[in-house]
Amino acid sequence: MALKLTVNNVETTVDVAPDTPLLWVLRDVLDYKGTKFGCGMGLCGACTVLLAGKAVRSCMTHASAAVGQPITTIEGLSPDGQHPVQVAWEALDVPQCGYCQAGQMMSAAALLARTPHPTDAEIDTAMSGNICRCGTYPRIREAIHQAAEAGAMSPAK
Amino acid sequence: MNRSGVLEMNRRSFLQLSVLAGGGLALGLYEHPKAMAQGPGKPPDLDPRTFIRIGTDGVVTIMARASESGQGMRNMLPMLIAEELDVDWKDVRVQQAELNEKIYGTQFSGGSANTPMGWEPMRRVGAAGRELLIAAAAQTWGVPEAECTTKSGRVLHAASGKSAGYGELAAKAATLPVPALSSVKLKDPKDYRIIGHSQKGVDTHALVTGKSQFAIDVQLPGMLYASIEKAPVFAGKVKSANVDVIKALPGVRHVLVIDGGITPGPITPWEPGMEPGIAIVADTWWQAQTARKQLKVDWDLGPAVSQSSEGFTKRAEALLQAPPAKTVRKYGDVDATLKSSAKVVEATYQYPFIAHVTMEPQGATAHWKDGKLEMWSSSTLPGNGRDLVAKTLGIHASDITTHMVRSGGSFGRRLQNDWLVEAAWIAKQIDAPVKLLWSREDDIAHDPFRPGGTVGLKAGLDAQGKVTAWRHHLITFGEGNEIASGGGIGGDSYPADFPPAYALYTSVQPLTLRTGAMRAPGDNAYCWVAASFIDELAHEAGRDPLEFQLDLLSNKKAPWKSDGGDAVGDHEPTGPSVLIPERFKGVLNLVAEKSGWAQRTKTPGRGMGIAAWFCHLGYFAEVADVTVDADGKVTVNHVWAVGDVGSQIINPQAADSMAQGGIIEGMSHLGQEITLADGKVEQSNFHNHPLMRMRQAPKIDVYWRKTDYAPTGLGEPTLPPTLPALTNAIFAATGKRIRTLPLKKSGFSWA
Repeated sequence: MALKLTVNNVETTVDVAPDTPLLWVLRDVLDYKGTKFGCGMGLCGACTVLLAGKAVRSCMTHASAAVGQPITTIEGLSPDGQHPVQVAWEALDVPQCGYCQAGQMMSAAALLARTPHPTDAEIDTAMSGNICRCGTYPRIREAIHQAAEAGAMSPAK
Repeated sequence: MNRSGVLEMNRRSFLQLSVLAGGGLALGLYEHPKAMAQGPGKPPDLDPRTFIRIGTDGVVTIMARASESGQGMRNMLPMLIAEELDVDWKDVRVQQAELNEKIYGTQFSGGSANTPMGWEPMRRVGAAGRELLIAAAAQTWGVPEAECTTKSGRVLHAASGKSAGYGELAAKAATLPVPALSSVKLKDPKDYRIIGHSQKGVDTHALVTGKSQFAIDVQLPGMLYASIEKAPVFAGKVKSANVDVIKALPGVRHVLVIDGGITPGPITPWEPGMEPGIAIVADTWWQAQTARKQLKVDWDLGPAVSQSSEGFTKRAEALLQAPPAKTVRKYGDVDATLKSSAKVVEATYQYPFIAHVTMEPQGATAHWKDGKLEMWSSSTLPGNGRDLVAKTLGIHASDITTHMVRSGGSFGRRLQNDWLVEAAWIAKQIDAPVKLLWSREDDIAHDPFRPGGTVGLKAGLDAQGKVTAWRHHLITFGEGNEIASGGGIGGDSYPADFPPAYALYTSVQPLTLRTGAMRAPGDNAYCWVAASFIDELAHEAGRDPLEFQLDLLSNKKAPWKSDGGDAVGDHEPTGPSVLIPERFKGVLNLVAEKSGWAQRTKTPGRGMGIAAWFCHLGYFAEVADVTVDADGKVTVNHVWAVGDVGSQIINPQAADSMAQGGIIEGMSHLGQEITLADGKVEQSNFHNHPLMRMRQAPKIDVYWRKTDYAPTGLGEPTLPPTLPALTNAIFAATGKRIRTLPLKKSGFSWA
């Protein structure tokens, strides 16, 4: 079935079963491989993308449910890696294995777009759906605060 | 060495590994070396021209020889080369090497071994490169080499004022004879400008922009995708299946029945062979996975179906009451000393099987073409992987090219190459490039688990509250003298050497299940047992747990000399593998100081615990501060950690992060459990095999105690003390001793 999707501001048509998870359309049909597969049950957050600015688990989102809403992946968070979240993540060298970090950054970007200066408790609430097996949570927390201080929290497009 | 010897990558086996640290290393670890396609060779002479390329623009490319799973190997090893080459890190580009141990030496990542294995050779490679560039300059200018110096990628001749960039000299340098690595001059550490200075991960920018390539991201033209259905019971075989129905489903190209090569028995080798199952190959992974749901398989479940966690526990309890089967180590008359002690303390500790659950599930890409195989592998034992594939497919190792791809975590999981062999086997069957990916459910059900265990402990105290004797009976898995992978214990495991009389016994029960090495194998369980029991003894003696341990550490016996018949090979009584009490005490004292241990207050519901350990050549002490509410919900407020891994912390920013991660992983271990019923693993995903989350992550302070020893690794030694520091803290807060894991079995859970 042909579905019209808008990914990182680019409109595209894909031919997939409508209940195909958005994750696999992004990764294997459209080649946006920054979004990762971790659990397939919405438990780990590795597949987090923004759907109309809201963080969603793409492994549990049918491709058909994304029609008509802008989808943002890590590749589209900024054109040049200069989104405050990316800048902070890089400055603090947050990743270890790095596999979960795209999902972490998408959740962080969604948090900062609605709460420009989150408290630790707000970070806990917004980020506890994203697992980091390497345990980079202290750095993720610090990076979110740093990104908040850097300001310019315009919602990701 | 027994056939599970690979698992004991602890401090004792480390020296043995170092000796083999060339092409032979991986083979030295493997249980059936004679079956390997290539014999263990002598480590190659490393050539700086293999590792270093310098462009005419002065940009230096350094090859990273080890696989990267997040421990920072792509930074650490090239940093050692760059330091001695005397270039600026900003001018360095790091490139991942392909698998070729003949020129790179060992390409293994595990056992926290890359720092000690690479520290000398990688610096010497860099220094030899520098000497070649100096020689090129000296010959060009007609001046003595001894009058030339280097700085930031330039050779300088002070007397004539001449200077040249490395880029100008590289072509000539490449034609000159390479100096012997053993004779090159190394820098005085006070002159280091890269080592000891934080260098951002070489892949960090790519990672934060979604461009880094993991194994799951490999894409080849015409590539198909595979998913494998395996029996719910280990090594169960396919009797029949609705293969023709599946073949007709959308996108499905091939359905392959895998007979496998496993003979289920009372002990499972490190690499037992391919597990049976049905591979579905489709145009997309989701199609393969969707088709899989329609599979109807009649399985011959085999002998493992009779296994259950309940059965294991019952058998362990019976073995604990029986005389031990094997004495690993004994000195002094333990039983007589216990009888004459003023006080005897007895306890039984139990810990469960747990799974690795790397964030990136297992998988690999392989392409079979014209009798040759190309693989994209995230193995941390890549040489083993290649040789295992060669053996399984009946091809020559020399017909295999292995690209080493970044992995989304290993923690010991990617030391085993089962998933790689599967991808290679499918590729050969279908004659097309194929990417195999396991689901999370596959990953948990078919993990090489950290084996569970039961430990009976008995110790004596004299009238002054000093330890008189220590008796340790480990009930683990295996057959006869052979112990399941990851389930053994070394005769020098702390606190061996310190109690005046000591005995370590083991007894085994059969296990038909894949087991393996989890971050800090062995130590991740025994540290919790031993350091918890030490805390018990301190309380029974009415002494402060810190003071009690410092006192225990002051009474070292002669180090153990194994008879060579133990599980892990010969033991060297000297060298870095032997616990040095002063280093152990050093980290304990410093963590006590940093955490305010002496000033801690005793409040109901809140407590601090302390623990320390030595493994993988590194010393770590940790203090945890916890709050426990009336429902037994535990909040970790703060953890202080002090590490001693020698004279240098090569990349401090990465080291701090690794230590924090080890502590958070240690917390996860306390809450995890893999159980079996009717041979089936009962856990399936992160909801029932949980990992710590952001809201549970405590404040963590990491300190390094630099000592005058060669630098060693820190990925593993950071983890073990976390478990007992936390359970000792829970005891301090509640008066309840945790002797059974996971926490919920002792009435606690994470807040």
